[in-house]
Amino acid sequence: MIYKLQFGELLPYWDVLLQGLIFTIVLTVVSTFAGIAVGTAGASVRTFGPKWLGGVVVAYVELIRNTPFIVQLFFIFFGLPAAGVKLSETTAAFLAMTINLGAYSTEIIRAGIEAVPKGHIEAGVSLAMTKWEVLRHIILKQAFQKIYPALSSQIIIVMLGSAVVSQISAQDLTYAANFVASRNFRNFEVYLFAALAYLLLAMLTRSLLRGLGRILFKAK
Amino acid sequence: MFFKKAMLAAAFALATAAITTPAHADALDSIMAAKVIKVAVPQDFAPFGSAGLDLKPQGYDIDMANLIAKALGVKAEIIAATTPNRIPYLQTHKADIVISSLGKNPEREKVIDFSAAYAPFFSGVFGTKGIKVAGPDDLKGKTIGATRGAIEEQELSKVAPADATIKRFEDNNATIAAFVSGQVDLIATGNTVAAAIAEKVPARAPTLMFVIKDSPCYIGLNKDEPKLLAKINDIITQAKASGEIAKLSEKWLRAPLPPGF
Repeated sequence: MIYKLQFGELLPYWDVLLQGLIFTIVLTVVSTFAGIAVGTAGASVRTFGPKWLGGVVVAYVELIRNTPFIVQLFFIFFGLPAAGVKLSETTAAFLAMTINLGAYSTEIIRAGIEAVPKGHIEAGVSLAMTKWEVLRHIILKQAFQKIYPALSSQIIIVMLGSAVVSQISAQDLTYAANFVASRNFRNFEVYLFAALAYLLLAMLTRSLLRGLGRILFKAK
Repeated sequence: MFFKKAMLAAAFALATAAITTPAHADALDSIMAAKVIKVAVPQDFAPFGSAGLDLKPQGYDIDMANLIAKALGVKAEIIAATTPNRIPYLQTHKADIVISSLGKNPEREKVIDFSAAYAPFFSGVFGTKGIKVAGPDDLKGKTIGATRGAIEEQELSKVAPADATIKRFEDNNATIAAFVSGQVDLIATGNTVAAAIAEKVPARAPTLMFVIKDSPCYIGLNKDEPKLLAKINDIITQAKASGEIAKLSEKWLRAPLPPGF
């Protein structure tokens, strides 16, 4: 029996699907910036900060990298209220994604920092640059240049992983797709559409990041 | 020469006719031939279907599945399915029938067939003590948790006011977790689930706010399977007459069958 694709059945729900798509985009953008900020701070502390603080960062990174994202998400949304911290599903989603990307990017950026030749740092110090100037202009800039491809990949991974937040009823693209499927039972069309949407989003994000990389790191 | 050609053509035509005649075997025939009936049941909806202490599925729906298999003289293959994917399992023939506290509504009737009722069930909006909600209009500005695709979620979406927030979760466990953890103070669910929560977490015992739908449970089948449908209805009628269904009600719902069921 040949199944007839009926994409027309998706049209009445175009606003639900669009809102989901927008939420996914906003979630990815905000979590990316916040996550990389956390990662940069973590990597810098681990390499140059006091030993005890570095230990805290190691504990955080190992905890997040060795547990599944959905478990982290469920813990934040279903578990924390028992400890008195009740977060809305949107806040929980942003928080979980930031924490997750933060841990992975800490390790990625740390690798880049450690690859910066010691001679460059010594040269900067000998030119009377402050610690912060050395960190910003010599260390971080070169570190990011080296690890940019790995970081871009991690951003895409986290973006695609954001589909999981639908499980705590955060209204992203997957939540919208699930909702439409439960109304018209057109699973094939709905999930084909969702997959294509994520594919396009990932390809767009990749080109954007590539262009950004060219502007930030090659031109300077 | 012409006669030979004519005979060949006639033979070919007959053969083609034989192939194109609908030889679609009713599901009942394939079940009896394979001596197995595949039944999709819930694993997250006590007392209809949940995992026992030995992690084996147990519940009203599983007992019903075994009852039907015994009446047919075949083995029951119990397949655990979640609320959103139980009907897709039926549509893709991963299961022959769905016994999953399934409620009847026009949207579902478009894609599947329903048997006679085999279990009593009503769904409503429940909440923590102290919340005053007498009807759907009182849900203005409130947040209610519900399981995506469930009958009460579909009905609630129809009657809830525009500024009420419905948080939809992927399975009953998540919805219950949301209520028990305090993420939502109102949920739309069945009377049996509310009773189970009250028993396990007395501090968050749900009280009935209003009934959404009195919706007995039906067995779901694929469309165009008249023989299977007739046989299943037959088995249900006999089980009602012999008192087996009443026994199931006492065992799992701790209540007798409502009058006129």
